[in-house]
Amino acid sequence: MEQFLQQIASGLANGAIYACVALALVMIYVSTDHINFAQGEMAMFSTYISWQLMDWGMSFWLAFILTVLISFAMGVLIERLILRPLHNAPVLSIIVVFIGLLAIFNSMAGAFWSYLIKEFPSPFPKAEFGIAGVIGPHQLGVVLVTLIVLGLLFVFFRYTPLGLAMRAAAQNPQMARLVGVRVDWMLALGWGLAASVGAVAGIMVAHIVYLEPNMMGGILLYAFASALVGGISNPAGAVAGGFIVGILENMVAYAGNQIEKATGVYIIGNGEKLTVALIIVIFVLTVKPAGLFGRVVVRRV
Amino acid sequence: MAALLEVSGLKAFYGQTQSLYDVGFEIPTGGITTLLGANGAGKTTTLRAICNMVRTDGTIRFDGKNIRGMATEEIVRQRIAHVPEGRGTFTTLTVDENLRIAAYTRKDKQAVRDELERVFAYFPRLKERIQQQAGTLSGGEQQMLAIARALMLKPRLMLLDEPSFGLAPLIVLEIFRILRRINEEEKVSILLVEQNAALALDLATHAYVLETGKVVMSGPSDVVKNDENVRKSYLGY
Repeated sequence: MEQFLQQIASGLANGAIYACVALALVMIYVSTDHINFAQGEMAMFSTYISWQLMDWGMSFWLAFILTVLISFAMGVLIERLILRPLHNAPVLSIIVVFIGLLAIFNSMAGAFWSYLIKEFPSPFPKAEFGIAGVIGPHQLGVVLVTLIVLGLLFVFFRYTPLGLAMRAAAQNPQMARLVGVRVDWMLALGWGLAASVGAVAGIMVAHIVYLEPNMMGGILLYAFASALVGGISNPAGAVAGGFIVGILENMVAYAGNQIEKATGVYIIGNGEKLTVALIIVIFVLTVKPAGLFGRVVVRRV
Repeated sequence: MAALLEVSGLKAFYGQTQSLYDVGFEIPTGGITTLLGANGAGKTTTLRAICNMVRTDGTIRFDGKNIRGMATEEIVRQRIAHVPEGRGTFTTLTVDENLRIAAYTRKDKQAVRDELERVFAYFPRLKERIQQQAGTLSGGEQQMLAIARALMLKPRLMLLDEPSFGLAPLIVLEIFRILRRINEEEKVSILLVEQNAALALDLATHAYVLETGKVVMSGPSDVVKNDENVRKSYLGY
C-alpha cells in the first residue's frame, strides 16, 4: 500500500512538470496553431542559465526568479526576431524553424556547458516533512511550486486586462485588432510566458533527471501526450492531462512490477514508461482527437 | 459641416484581384452615411479598407489626418470603431469580457465602469446576460453586443457592416432605433453598410451607391431614395 501511494506521489510530481511544459505548448498552440518543438530545449537552456547563475554564487531562488525573467525575454525575442518574419509562411517552414531552434539550443548548451551530466541542487530542505515515507521533500516542493505558478497564470489570464487581451487575441485575432489590441505583441508575450513556464519546469525537474543538454527530450514527449490527453486547445485540460499522464505512467509501471512479482512474468516495467506515453498519444489521436476536455471544432464549409 | 472622414481615389486588392476602383466619399461630422450596393459591389471591402484590413491605395483622411497604411489597431485607437460582418463575437469570453476588452488600454477603472453602465442603458438585455458566454447569445443579442463593444471604444466614427444580417424584422427595427439614439446622444458619426436599402435610407442623411467597386451615385438620402434606378434596383418598386 505504501509503495502504491509512493508511486502516486511521484506521479504527481512528474505530472506537475508535464503540466507546465504541456501548458507552455498549449499557450503557443492556441494563439498560433503551431506546436513549438523547441519548447523542451528552451526550458533546458533556461535551466543551464539558472545553473550558471548559481555557479556564480547566487542563491537558488534568486537564480530561479532571474532565470524566469531571462527566459521571458528570450521567448519574446525569439518570437519577434525569428517567427515574426514568417507570419505568412507555410506550416512546413515554421516546423523546420522549430526543429532548427531545437538543434541550436541543444548544441549551444553543449558548447557552453559541455555534454557532461551535472548535478542540480534541490532548494527544498532535506529533512523529512510532508507525509513521511510517501512523498519526498523535493517532490512535494515541485508540486507546490508548479501549483503556485499555474495559479498565478490562471489569475493573470482570468482577471487582468492584459490577460483578457491575450485571450481575445488568441481566439479571434482580427476582431482583437478591431478593438485596439496589439495582437502581434500579444503573441510575443505568449511566447515569453511559455518560455518562463518551461523554465520553471526545467529548474524543478533538473534535480530529478540531472542537468544535461538532452534532459528535456523525454519530458517534451510526455508533455505532448499530456496536452493531447487534455485537449490541445484547452490550457486547463493540458494541466489536468499532465497530472493524468504522470500518474498513469507510474501506475502502469507499478502494475507491471506487481504482476512480475506475483507471476514471475515480465510484461511491462519502468523501462517502458516512455512507450506508455507514446501509446497514449496514438490512442488519443485515434479515439478522441479533441482530447478529454477539448472541444470538437466544427468548421462551416 | 467639415468632413470627419474623406476618402478619395481608394483602391483595394485581395491578392492580385482588385475589388475597389477609385472610390471616393465624405462622411460629415455627426451624420449618418450609408453605402448601398448589390452583393460584391465592394461595400464590405470599403469598410475593411478604412481599417487597413485589405491592401489599399489612395487616401483616407480621418479628421484631416491620413490614416491609410496605419496598422488596424492604431486606426481603432484613433477612435474608429468597426462592427464587422458576422459580428466578431469572442464566443468563449463572457459578455462582460467582450465589452471590457474594448477598454483594456484605459487605466481609469471607474470610468470604464461608468462607460459600461452607459452602454447597458442602450442595451439592457446585455446586462441581464453579463456573465453568460457570448457564443450562447442569440443572433440579435450578439449584434447588440458588437455595437455595445464598439461603443466602449468611445468612437467618433462607427463603421457598421450589415447590422440587420440574419435577424428578425422586429429586432432589426430595435437595433436601428438604438443606432439613431447613439448617433444623436453620443455624437457618433456612422457609416452604415446595408443590404436593406429602405431601412438604411430612412436612417441615413447621405447615401452612396457602389457598383462593381465604383461610386455610381451619391447625394442626400431623400434624393437617392427617389432616384428611379435606385428604386428599381435596391428598393424593389
